[in-house]
Amino acid sequence: MQVPSQVEYERATSVDHALTLLSRPDTRVLAGGHSLIPMMKLRLAQPEVLVDINGLAELAFITCDSHELRIGALARHADLLDSAVAGEHFPIFGDAERVVADPIVRLWGTVGGSLCQADPSEDLSAAFAAARATAVIRGRDGDRTVQVRGFHLGPYETVIGPGELLAEVRVPVWPGTGSAYEKVARRVGDWSVAAAGAVLRLGGSAQNPVVKDAGIGLTAVGAEHFVAAQAEEYLVGRKADAETFAAAGAIAAQHCHPVADQRGPEDYKRHLVAELTTRALHRAAARVTLSS
Amino acid sequence: MTMRVAVTVNGTEYAREVEPRLLLIHFLRDELGLTGSHWGCDTSNCGSCVVWLDARPVKSCTVLAAMADGRAVRTVEGLERDGQLDPVQQGFIECHGLQCGFCTSGMMMTARWLLDHYPDPDEAQIREAISGQICRCTGYENIVRSVRWAAKHDQAGPDDATEPRL
Repeated sequence: MQVPSQVEYERATSVDHALTLLSRPDTRVLAGGHSLIPMMKLRLAQPEVLVDINGLAELAFITCDSHELRIGALARHADLLDSAVAGEHFPIFGDAERVVADPIVRLWGTVGGSLCQADPSEDLSAAFAAARATAVIRGRDGDRTVQVRGFHLGPYETVIGPGELLAEVRVPVWPGTGSAYEKVARRVGDWSVAAAGAVLRLGGSAQNPVVKDAGIGLTAVGAEHFVAAQAEEYLVGRKADAETFAAAGAIAAQHCHPVADQRGPEDYKRHLVAELTTRALHRAAARVTLSS
Repeated sequence: MTMRVAVTVNGTEYAREVEPRLLLIHFLRDELGLTGSHWGCDTSNCGSCVVWLDARPVKSCTVLAAMADGRAVRTVEGLERDGQLDPVQQGFIECHGLQCGFCTSGMMMTARWLLDHYPDPDEAQIREAISGQICRCTGYENIVRSVRWAAKHDQAGPDDATEPRL
């Protein structure tokens, strides 16, 4: 029988209340709990105090205007998967959410929880990194913003300090953008062996599309900040065609740092990165609408 | 160190003094004696512990009882109404949707939720809905048939969809 260690439980009634509770030493935010509670059972996490933020409806939103998609930290995976506005501007999030765990877990697990868990195999970090999203971190002295590309300090470690709370994620919306996420897992609902997300902004014409901007995120393969920076650089200004996308995939595979584990050897993971990056770029490009 | 947790389970309010670390599945089984929900893998993989928490299915081995304080829980014991089995329960009987029965309560709670939201699911939707749950007896074929049976009879019967489900 697996049970967590003794722990104190506090329920936050407002964001301010949560911030006050979180200023105590050795506290952990409890949202969906689908990573934290299993880790507590295994003694990989042993906080003294849990601050339950599930009642904070003001953090459970998904909104979009012409220039920004905003996702509250307490939005559930299922909410993001179902969100029409998010799907319209960023199909990458629907692609990624569809392969996060299983439908029951997705009803409770949260977007903010996934980012803060900072698991190297977690899917949303790469998706948000690809989309150049910004994390809004709330503290008792107000908000500060951090690029998702700088949000993770390493496995299970983020820039969020004591007394702070991830409040929302903001994603810039550009016209002429398409996006996609491609993942290989050993079985349905499992963690990625490897995955790649692409966000492409295209210019030129429908006959001759050119890459204006590219974001590529990689999951579970030791990419710094979950990003394939060299591949992004390579893409900008080039023709958006099969040759370019294949070359970008090869560059992404070359510059990441997968390690062999029970999910596969290193060379297989690099092969997946090349293939999945290329596929994600194709799908992202196909989702862009350009006038002819 | 204990705290008072008050939960409405299948319409009845229960309050207990429990440790904050107590998991909801153990609260239901050991504190309330509602042993229809099964405690399986303990790692949120198998889904035999699925119950509803505020109208959404959840793997209750991965939720603290404290998190359910002030909320409503529905378990397999709450499917039957006035001596009438829910169509999902009847479907599992009609189509032999179980052998050992260990996964069944979780499967039925997910199936009930699926049908409340998608009254006419196809096979792919049913398989997707139960993809976080494991059955080692049926090969899932009969579970899918059972849910389809329930979908047909949900529509045909004097529907109680207007009644609150919790």
